[in-house]
Amino acid sequence: MQSTEKIIESLSPHERKILPFLKEKNINEICKKAGLDKVSTIRALEYLQNKNILKISSVKKRFIEIGVNGALYKKKGLPERRLLNLLDSKRIVGLEEGQKESGLSNDEFKAAIGALKKKAMIELKNKKIILNANKEEISKKMLEESLIESLPLEYDSLQPEQLHAVKSLEKRKNIIQIKDEKIISFEITDLGKQIIEQDIKDDKLIEQLDAEILKKGSWKTKKFRRYDVTSPVPAICGGKRHFVNQALDYARKIWTEMGFKEMTGNMIQSSFWNFDALFTAQDHPVREMQDTFFIDKKMELPDKKLVDTVKKTHENGIGGSKGWRYQWNEEEAKKIVLRTHTTCLSAETLYELSKLPIEQRKGKFFALGKNFRNETVDWSHGFEFYQTEGIVIDPNANFKHLLGYLKQFYKKMGFEKIRFAPAYFPYTEPSVEVHVWHPEKKVWLELGGAGIFRPEITIPLLGKQIPVLAWGQGFDRIIMDYYQIKDLREMYRNDINQLRKIKFWIK
Amino acid sequence: MANIKINRKQFEKEIGKLNEKMQERISMFGTPLESFDNEEIELEIFPDRPDLLSYQGFKRAFLAFLGKKTGLKKYKIKKPEKDYKVIIDKSVNDIRPYTACAIVKGLKFNDEKIKELIEIQEKLHATVGRKRKKVAIGIYPLEKIKLPITFKALEPDKIKFIPLESDKEMSGLQILQRHPTGRDYAHLLAGKSKFPIFIDTNKNILSMPPIINSQLTGKITEKTKNVFVECSGFDFEILKKCLNIIITTLADMGGTVYQMELKYKKKEITPDLTPDKMKISLENTNKLLGLNLNEKQLKQLLEKMGYNYNKGEVEIPAWRTDILHEVDLIEDVAIAYGYENFEPEIPSISSIGQEDPKEAIKRKISNILTGLNFLEISNYHLTKKDDQFKKMGISGKQGNELIEVKDSKTDYDILRRDLSHYIMKILSENIDAEYPQQIFEIGRIFEEEYGKINEKEKLVLAISPGNFTQVKQVLEYLSRMIGIEMNLEETEEFPQHFIDGRVAEIFIANKRIGHIGEIHPKILKNWKLKMPVALFEIDLEEIFKKLE
Repeated sequence: MQSTEKIIESLSPHERKILPFLKEKNINEICKKAGLDKVSTIRALEYLQNKNILKISSVKKRFIEIGVNGALYKKKGLPERRLLNLLDSKRIVGLEEGQKESGLSNDEFKAAIGALKKKAMIELKNKKIILNANKEEISKKMLEESLIESLPLEYDSLQPEQLHAVKSLEKRKNIIQIKDEKIISFEITDLGKQIIEQDIKDDKLIEQLDAEILKKGSWKTKKFRRYDVTSPVPAICGGKRHFVNQALDYARKIWTEMGFKEMTGNMIQSSFWNFDALFTAQDHPVREMQDTFFIDKKMELPDKKLVDTVKKTHENGIGGSKGWRYQWNEEEAKKIVLRTHTTCLSAETLYELSKLPIEQRKGKFFALGKNFRNETVDWSHGFEFYQTEGIVIDPNANFKHLLGYLKQFYKKMGFEKIRFAPAYFPYTEPSVEVHVWHPEKKVWLELGGAGIFRPEITIPLLGKQIPVLAWGQGFDRIIMDYYQIKDLREMYRNDINQLRKIKFWIK
Repeated sequence: MANIKINRKQFEKEIGKLNEKMQERISMFGTPLESFDNEEIELEIFPDRPDLLSYQGFKRAFLAFLGKKTGLKKYKIKKPEKDYKVIIDKSVNDIRPYTACAIVKGLKFNDEKIKELIEIQEKLHATVGRKRKKVAIGIYPLEKIKLPITFKALEPDKIKFIPLESDKEMSGLQILQRHPTGRDYAHLLAGKSKFPIFIDTNKNILSMPPIINSQLTGKITEKTKNVFVECSGFDFEILKKCLNIIITTLADMGGTVYQMELKYKKKEITPDLTPDKMKISLENTNKLLGLNLNEKQLKQLLEKMGYNYNKGEVEIPAWRTDILHEVDLIEDVAIAYGYENFEPEIPSISSIGQEDPKEAIKRKISNILTGLNFLEISNYHLTKKDDQFKKMGISGKQGNELIEVKDSKTDYDILRRDLSHYIMKILSENIDAEYPQQIFEIGRIFEEEYGKINEKEKLVLAISPGNFTQVKQVLEYLSRMIGIEMNLEETEEFPQHFIDGRVAEIFIANKRIGHIGEIHPKILKNWKLKMPVALFEIDLEEIFKKLE
């Protein structure tokens, strides 16, 4: 089946409606006869163009239309006409009296005088208006009046005297309006002509299939109107999880696939768990207020035995370590902070393991959560950030294993090519920084930090020096990179339009 | 984070060409190459290696790493000559009790070297010095000083000298009040009745640590040949290390180092470059790194990191501050071995992965709600007082129930105690987005009970424009889908943001878990909302308990 028949079957109801009137050429005329508004008519014409039935061309045209005041004056007469009528009977009139009797507003009165003076029909003398025109001149229609009556007009087709009138009225308030309009015209193609000649019957085609048609079975004797399946439809949006949470769930899946168990815990922590248990000296700059959020309260410390061991470790060291050699202050450790890393959860997990028999003190754990730092907010900084980290407690673990886990983890995160470089982190020794190759940007990105927990951490917490492999990764940068978000603030802006549009985390 | 800048010409002359291989070597030494151009090379120095904060220090360590000059570098230190003494008066005991001092002679300063010296001083101040609190360093032209020197504390008005960058004599107090450097560091002497000074035999004040040197006796110029160096602070061990870092840098610049006699109660002699000793076990090294090194290899690797090794014992340079434990040596062995040479390995131990059961439940709840076409939002845990209280119609006493963080750099300075105010805020920020808007958040809130802060997971959900029936439908659907019965009860006591008569308490069994209702127009007005809002907020802890 080709061409005309198929095309006819695909005509929408609106297209059908306007088809018989295409020869009218004038779009307003088509609207009227087809009983459609202008927008629908133009859209239908566009659809017909898509079907090669006609060819639309548009030109920009300038029109002069009547303005709000203009419409009023068309009925009541222009102010100058009304003043002239008054003068016609009185010949001479005082300014004040003239305004009063003509019933014109201040502005209108001024405009009327101006206009009549310009035409030399009046003179002003001693605050009086004196008529200067004869009967014939008075009764003759002014150019402006003729123009108003004949509006709307196309600008390009104006006669010289009409143009003159436009120029003078244009300056006055809302008498005329100059509008640019796109004028659509079209040519019917040969195919179009063929189709128009055919007898198009509306009732033979099914538009929207509905329950009634199904019930009656009327579809059996009719055809389905063919849709233009390529034409655009309005966009819709569904409910979805916040994109950051989608990404977090993805990371969670990676960890569990690798056999890690999730650690959770509080965001409010004592300095003990956030710093001291991790061998961060009490005078370390990170413990100052300008970097960390403190709450003006104190928290009870855990078991005294643990606290004493941590104190000893800081002061004089443990397991061959020299310690930091200063006086450790218990009160400092009680200070409450918003956790600065998820590593405090790792510390708590190690301590829980220490309650088990030595041979059971092992396992693989991960954490995924928000952390805090006292920062101002800009495109690359915020006071809350996501971090994920994993620990492996295994008496036989070594540095090569750490690199192995890292390689596996980052591969699952989508980074095939990675390298390791020396680094410094206060809790690990040896320490590693993970660089991943960004194939699009063609650069090495410094991503995660990793290492083996220092004995000053593992001995007090685990009760024995068991190697603990650990690595952590800020998560916001990975999310920003995936969604190509340039500004960190976008992540938590909760712009509903953006949330409706943003794609799913497909990894 | 401290960076150092190195003259590229000097680097290439004394170390080697900065080709790709060299760039990689620099990073693999643990001093990431930040940037470079034809003039300069910029490196990052990690905070555990203050000894690398000068070009001289870096060169010394890096040449060893490259295998060019391995092992512990020896320096000749001369014994104190006559009057090479610093008398430490007991008046400093409660103020700034310790100093470690040295004299270095035969220096040839030029602009470049003076700059380098000032830089390492500043960088040590910023890092190990903890902004001069822990360590303050002074370097003085010896030519202008009459030895011996006394370190003592005086009343601030008795201290009078012309500080650096000034032309007027000032008293101790005036320096803290008027001099720009004085003002910057004034807090370090705040509340002290006496201020510490170094003063020479001619009664000329050399400096008032940790604040500033004297313009006359404390300024190094191109004419300076010999210098007096001191580090003052609270921990003698750290001061000695700092002094060692500086004098080895000066020795590398061509100076001859002399010791000084420090007259504490007990006599001390500084600087002392006797290496620290620490045992290292080949077995521990191999076990921790997963390698199979023999003793000879271990020795070679340690020597590449500037140590000496002899029969299980390591000699540690007296300028290293970071070696607390054997593991610190083992890391250096790993760096010398080359991180790029380790073969990553995954041990075959089986373990079972498990996510937090609460996370699984939260995800299910999200799935149920997104199935109803709700969008999830995600907000900060910190919030603004106005948003949490005033705009939600809470004033007076109730508004005092807040958990504030100290000295927040933004106006987000309290922990959120509910999610409802945040969802209102998000609605108010999205009045241009197409309606209806259906959003929810699952998140943590903070409540103080009996002096203890509790953290709870909550769910908030809002529909705008929405009414009671609509949110109740959602709540009931959720309740049916998770199989937990929830009941609504009329209540007299409800959060101020709801309309009386259109709000209910939500219960699971007899436990109240939240409220549901329509938002009062005055609250909508506070948020500049032109559409009605209905919402509920529930505590998820009860649901976790039932489902886990």
